[in-house]
Amino acid sequence: MAAGSVLVIGGGIAGVQAALDLANSGFLVHLVERTTSIGGKMSQLDKTFPTNDCSACILSPKLVECGRHFNINLLTLSDLVSLDGGPGSFKAVVRQRPRYIDPEKCIACGLCAEKCPKKVSNDFNMGIGERKAAYLSYPQAVPLKYALDPGHCIWVNKPGRCGLCAKVCPAGAINFDDTVKEHVLEVGSVVLALGFSRYDPSPLDFTGYGRLPNVVTSMEFERLLSPSGPCMGHLERPSDHREPKRIAWLQCVGSRDINRVGHPYCSSICCMFALKQAVIAKEHAQGEFESAIFYMDMRTHGKGFENYYNRAKAEGVQFHRARVHSVIPAPEDSNNLQLRYVDEQGQVNFAEFDMVVLSTGLQVYRHTVELATMLGLELDVDNFIKTDSFNPVATSRPGIFVCGAASEPKDIPQSVMEASAAAAEAGQIMAPARWSETSKKVYPAEMNIHAQAPRIGVFVCHCGINISSVVDVEAVAAHAKNLDGVVFSQCNLFTCSQDTINQMVSIIKEQGLNRVVVASCSPRTHEPLFQETLRDAGLNQFLFEMANIRDQDSWVHQQEPEKATAKAKDLVAMAVARVRSEGALPYNTVPVTKSALVIGGGVSGMTAALSMAEQNYPVTLIEQSDFLGGNGRKVYRNWKGDKFLPFINELSARVTTHPQISVKLNTEISDVTGSVGKFTTTFNDGHSFEHGVAVMAVGGKAYQPEGQWQFLYGINPHVQTLLELDKRFIDEDASLKEVKQAVFIHCVGSRIPERPYCSRVCCTHAIDSAVRLKELNPDMDVFMLYRDVRTYGQRERLYQEARAKGILFIRYDLEHLPQVTDKDGQLVIHAHDPIIDANIIIHPDMLVLATAVQPRQQTGVLSKFFKCAVDSQGFLLEAHMKLRPVDFATEGVFLAGLCHYPKPMEEAIAQAKAAAARAAIILAYDAVPAESVTAVVTAAKCTGCGLCVAVCAYNAVSLDENGVSVVNTSMCKGCGACVAGCRSDAVTLKNIGNEQIMAAVDAAFM
Amino acid sequence: MTEQSTNWEPKIIAFLCNWCSYAGADLAGVSRFQYPSNIRIVRVPCSGRVSENMILSALKSGADGILVSGCHPGDCHYISGNYFARRRFALLSNLLDFIGVEPGRVNFSWVSASEGEQFAEVVQGVTEKVKALGSASRLVKKIDALETELQVA
Repeated sequence: MAAGSVLVIGGGIAGVQAALDLANSGFLVHLVERTTSIGGKMSQLDKTFPTNDCSACILSPKLVECGRHFNINLLTLSDLVSLDGGPGSFKAVVRQRPRYIDPEKCIACGLCAEKCPKKVSNDFNMGIGERKAAYLSYPQAVPLKYALDPGHCIWVNKPGRCGLCAKVCPAGAINFDDTVKEHVLEVGSVVLALGFSRYDPSPLDFTGYGRLPNVVTSMEFERLLSPSGPCMGHLERPSDHREPKRIAWLQCVGSRDINRVGHPYCSSICCMFALKQAVIAKEHAQGEFESAIFYMDMRTHGKGFENYYNRAKAEGVQFHRARVHSVIPAPEDSNNLQLRYVDEQGQVNFAEFDMVVLSTGLQVYRHTVELATMLGLELDVDNFIKTDSFNPVATSRPGIFVCGAASEPKDIPQSVMEASAAAAEAGQIMAPARWSETSKKVYPAEMNIHAQAPRIGVFVCHCGINISSVVDVEAVAAHAKNLDGVVFSQCNLFTCSQDTINQMVSIIKEQGLNRVVVASCSPRTHEPLFQETLRDAGLNQFLFEMANIRDQDSWVHQQEPEKATAKAKDLVAMAVARVRSEGALPYNTVPVTKSALVIGGGVSGMTAALSMAEQNYPVTLIEQSDFLGGNGRKVYRNWKGDKFLPFINELSARVTTHPQISVKLNTEISDVTGSVGKFTTTFNDGHSFEHGVAVMAVGGKAYQPEGQWQFLYGINPHVQTLLELDKRFIDEDASLKEVKQAVFIHCVGSRIPERPYCSRVCCTHAIDSAVRLKELNPDMDVFMLYRDVRTYGQRERLYQEARAKGILFIRYDLEHLPQVTDKDGQLVIHAHDPIIDANIIIHPDMLVLATAVQPRQQTGVLSKFFKCAVDSQGFLLEAHMKLRPVDFATEGVFLAGLCHYPKPMEEAIAQAKAAAARAAIILAYDAVPAESVTAVVTAAKCTGCGLCVAVCAYNAVSLDENGVSVVNTSMCKGCGACVAGCRSDAVTLKNIGNEQIMAAVDAAFM
Repeated sequence: MTEQSTNWEPKIIAFLCNWCSYAGADLAGVSRFQYPSNIRIVRVPCSGRVSENMILSALKSGADGILVSGCHPGDCHYISGNYFARRRFALLSNLLDFIGVEPGRVNFSWVSASEGEQFAEVVQGVTEKVKALGSASRLVKKIDALETELQVA
């Protein structure tokens, strides 16, 4: 039998996500991290694009969950040294280096670091400032345990010297005799989440990096912005600690550079990274602030990115399409910097800045290459771990999967998707051994608080500086202490960090708290974490309220600190008033119907269906049309040259013949009832199907050119779309060889006010089609009329290949749209070439339009069946853009493919597998938590009028034989319609009764 | 502080449904859309949970204005709660008008989870309206005053 445990290497966001998905779906996870704590690069970020979410705030709950998870064995300071065997039964040897501080004993008091005499450059802060040789890498580190740095600790290097830490440690945790440990682990599969390093720009002398103190890398700048960074979130420049008023960002430092760096690829994330930093830096700056980004192409190709770009422009960020020639000290001795660059008109310009940020590219760690070599994995030309176009998380060695930036530069949502996809792949191998090696978390018995007077504890969060820079949190905590029933209040830097969570458990016990209020961010993101903390402390999780003093206070009243503080006091008082009369509620569950519905028979839908079926769950796949394969059948090949049709035919065959999959063509949904665990979906043929989860993979469609974007499409026969050209490639249309001159127009219908998003796939698709034409007829003249070339990641190679083949790229902008006219059947295109600043006329015999990808009309209708949200463009809206890219806010429903956002097939496949992994987390259980907040009737007050029965959308309320209303709690969703509808106040919602709500309202006026 | 005082600031109670409007309010924060700080948000599962009683009680407790906001028509997480809310609000408006509570004190809106900017605009609009109307302290139930009167009698 296969092993039921898995090895995950790398504790960054990708590794953490893979570990959580696997552990939550019934497998024991050994999470191996090279450094002292998990969190990776994301923990070093200040904010994340495009939502400007505080990175620590969204990451911390995941790290805490990982650190506390019963079925995750966290091995820090560890490396995989050997791996034998194959899928289902690997034998791994993991070597754990000594920490010299016993994690079992360390209480993270920090005395060792305080007394340690040895100062070391602070690597977590990118070398800005110092830490000690006894250290904690960052305040929210998981595990929250100190370590001694063996490279610098005086005792470790010369035993007998120093030893101060051991003298002061109150827990006796210092262990100088700590040694290397070897763990031999039998696992069924291996997931590699090895991350990336940033290019070191020291060799690029023109940037001045290393010589000029105010030239920093983007990661260094991120630490300067961070509230937990070296200047506590008050942006200062290194030379004189003055607040910079003019900052320039230099893009593509160590990316798209064959000449000096040898990195031909695009790092994919740096454009958004720089935009975010420019916007955030402006937020930090008091008053006047100038920011400028020097770039080649702005690559804002992800969901919400183009809007962010537009917003940055509106907020005054300057954009210069130029590669900077040199960064030199400004003439007078000011530590300022002078940039010399050539603008598009060929003019040499000089500009002075206080500070320069180098947007350094991503690259593979050297140890990643070593590990891959040891494991016998193939690497690609750029040393990234090689994957397959149609299996984007599989390495060349069966049973070993890769996710995140180790296989190509990519952003967090994409890494998270791949992590879940890798979890799905590993889950497929280990499915027979699910739950065989796991153990179950047992919470302490819950304290009966029934007859107790309220003893409320209030925890007020600084959230770094997110809250405390606006709201006087100490005053709020002091105010809370005087509220009725409050016996304890305190402030925390990050309430969601592991140490505070642990502390909260002990405070609840020590202070005998029986209700808790946390004043921090939104309950929508953090309530589950704190509720679990209550359970760990032996309190019912429903004796809890949050006051949202960040998202709904400090962030929206940034210029009014006094009013924001007054509001925070009210919000805390309201939460306290609400929690005061709340009671313990039962933990209800619903049994899970162990089958899945997949909506959409394109590549995404088929992939999701197959992955769940391979994990032994029955799947029904419905498709509106009469064939499987969807849009993918219309595309010739991807940028790597892999043809789609053979793959899709094979996939369709596997899906139609799989014993666990039932395919229903020509099928649409007419109704859906139920919720996570048990949905009942009725189809247009009248049949209905019960399923525990659903995956929406309803695809997208191509924009039909119209108005100023029509370019004679549908009028002149030589004008066609990319997909129409693909059809000719697929059909091996011989007439293509006869084409002498071809023009492609990019961004047809994308990146315009009506559709303010980039369609992500069209640059690569158009350029690949142009290359294909050149392959067919090398003498053909091919012109690309583009706005920004967005061949992100390794697709950049294709752009290089196209230019090498002589394809000409001419940029246009919205002020100078190409004009397409018809002269006696001959196409005539007028365009403006900004580089030579001249109008050009082309007479092509073919014009190809790279049209936008749009959501399908039906997406909105379908989303309503499952109560999922759509965004302003009509794409499905995921639960969280960064960390929950395949989930909906509605539990039990997942999404994949073009209905989420335009994406190439390899990304759609990864997302579909991710959706399958997330769905498997529900399907793995016999029952899932159900609504605990349900309606309850006081029979004595009920007049039997039946209004509650009429308003209940779930048929959960009925009148019994005595004409008294009764609620079926297993069907009640806790909406409260019956409560508001009752004329005799006989129905209430547990913990959300009039009593609690009106107490909260009254508290606002105390 | 008297009603005429120039720096008088109203307090507005907002009952927001958890799934759309409360999420929209969070998004306004995430996107840093600034709006007046007079609003005090009460999270409820659904706009359909908000009864006439809650609105009138809030006015009685001292609210100068009320906002009830739910999902857009057709988007209700609980299928139809927002329709009940709308109907209830239409009826309540008549009653409020009859008893002399000015239009604009009690407001209703639809704000979805993706409408952070709209949420900020709604709050801005409601706050301006309520500011123009002035304090609603006459609606506050003054028990102390009542008791004094009774004692005098």
